[in-house]
Amino acid sequence: MIEIKELYKSFGKQQVLNGVNLLINEGEVTAVIGRSGGGKTVLLKHIIGLLKPDSGSIFIKGKDITKLKGTELDEIRAEIGVVFQGGALFDSLTVYDNVAFPLTEKTKLNKKQIYEKVMKALSDVGLEGIENKYPAELSGGMRKRVALARALIGQPKIILFDEPTTGLDPILVRSIHKLIRDTQKQYGFTGLIISHEIPEIFEISDRVAMLYEGKIVEAGTPEEIQKSDNIVVKNFIMGIEMEVLE
Amino acid sequence: MIKFFGKNTIELLLFLGRMFIFLIESIYHIFTPPFKFLNFLRQVRFFGNKSMIVVIFTGAFSGMVLALQGYYALNKFGAEALLGPVVALSLIRELGPVLCALMVTGRAGSAVTAEIGIMRITEQIDALTVMAVNPIKYVVVPNILAGIVTFPLLTAVFDLVGIYGGYVVSVHALGLSEGTYFSQMELYVDMEDIRIGLYKSLSFGLLVTWICTFMGYNAGYGARGVSRATTNAVVLSSVVILIWDYMLGAFLL
Repeated sequence: MIEIKELYKSFGKQQVLNGVNLLINEGEVTAVIGRSGGGKTVLLKHIIGLLKPDSGSIFIKGKDITKLKGTELDEIRAEIGVVFQGGALFDSLTVYDNVAFPLTEKTKLNKKQIYEKVMKALSDVGLEGIENKYPAELSGGMRKRVALARALIGQPKIILFDEPTTGLDPILVRSIHKLIRDTQKQYGFTGLIISHEIPEIFEISDRVAMLYEGKIVEAGTPEEIQKSDNIVVKNFIMGIEMEVLE
Repeated sequence: MIKFFGKNTIELLLFLGRMFIFLIESIYHIFTPPFKFLNFLRQVRFFGNKSMIVVIFTGAFSGMVLALQGYYALNKFGAEALLGPVVALSLIRELGPVLCALMVTGRAGSAVTAEIGIMRITEQIDALTVMAVNPIKYVVVPNILAGIVTFPLLTAVFDLVGIYGGYVVSVHALGLSEGTYFSQMELYVDMEDIRIGLYKSLSFGLLVTWICTFMGYNAGYGARGVSRATTNAVVLSSVVILIWDYMLGAFLL
């Protein structure tokens, strides 16, 4: 479904991605774990075409999106939903208008059809009765749910989650993870989650990949990753600083 | 020294280039559908309606102070009868467009920069892009169009209120006759003067919204990035207003 090949990206003198290779299978949830500031979000922004790599390619359904522009890129984007780190909800719009936004802007559905879809998406993420509130009136967890509803509404084939649980308490982390898992089963999308929630992330992922120093150092099922002999992976899971050992 | 000078020159050229491309892109999106008419109306209300109070106040006091100072100067060579035209011409040709643009920059321009800057740092601009909605069309173009429409209208209000402010001071405080104030004004103010004022306010509308949206769109990271963008937008807009006013004045005179 998504194939990343030899992706390099630097900002000034800082090399952020250093030859990333990763395969994301269709219908699965893949988690990319790694330290904060390790380039995970940069990787995600490449997949949606917000950043262009220095070299390398990303194939989505056989098309190299790093080479696409304008309408062609928009066509691919229409099949991808993104849940941003802070939700990225439009503060000038109500919850209803936020969730309806992809439909009102990009489809010709009438008001009634949009209303039905928005209500379903909100009920799927466990939020009802808050349609008229503004994002600023919501708690962090609710904002993430609304962001997920907005990503789901266009029924995209792929959803990218950029640290969907950052800043939430452990109970909410679990509830958002469960929500991702449940909606994934219901909608059948291919998911990519950028996260550093260890060990919770293992429960909801089909595959896990570890990004370290701009490269994927290990990828496999959650069990394989947890049993990995790779010192970088082991230390990350146990929460030990690499520098301490070195 | 040379290295420093060269580096800054290159950075300045790059900055101007980026600004210019931003403007071209915005103009392209003004003329290509889909048109965001509701967003445009909302921004017209934001720029126009909500700047009205500040424009009325500054307009009134500008006209009043012009009358006061103008009377003092004209009185020295017995030409008080020309106070009406002095107030009207200064306002219509010069002070109206400039002061009004400076006030609207401070009130609405800064808010536009801050709003777009916050949309940038909270990834709302990215969210628009990934939903295949062009952020320039959605966020920038309505502001630029609203600026072009509202600046001349606000300037007209400014001029009108200013002229009546001048009237109050001239007639009621300085004892000039009502007929003199207005009849001399009619005699000396041409359509050409009004046209110059209109050209100025139209171009200020474009310049201010262009600078303010560009700064917000390219705001750096965090609260500091937004505050810096807002300051830069207001300072640059104000300086550009005065420079452009002089250039246009010299060109059109």
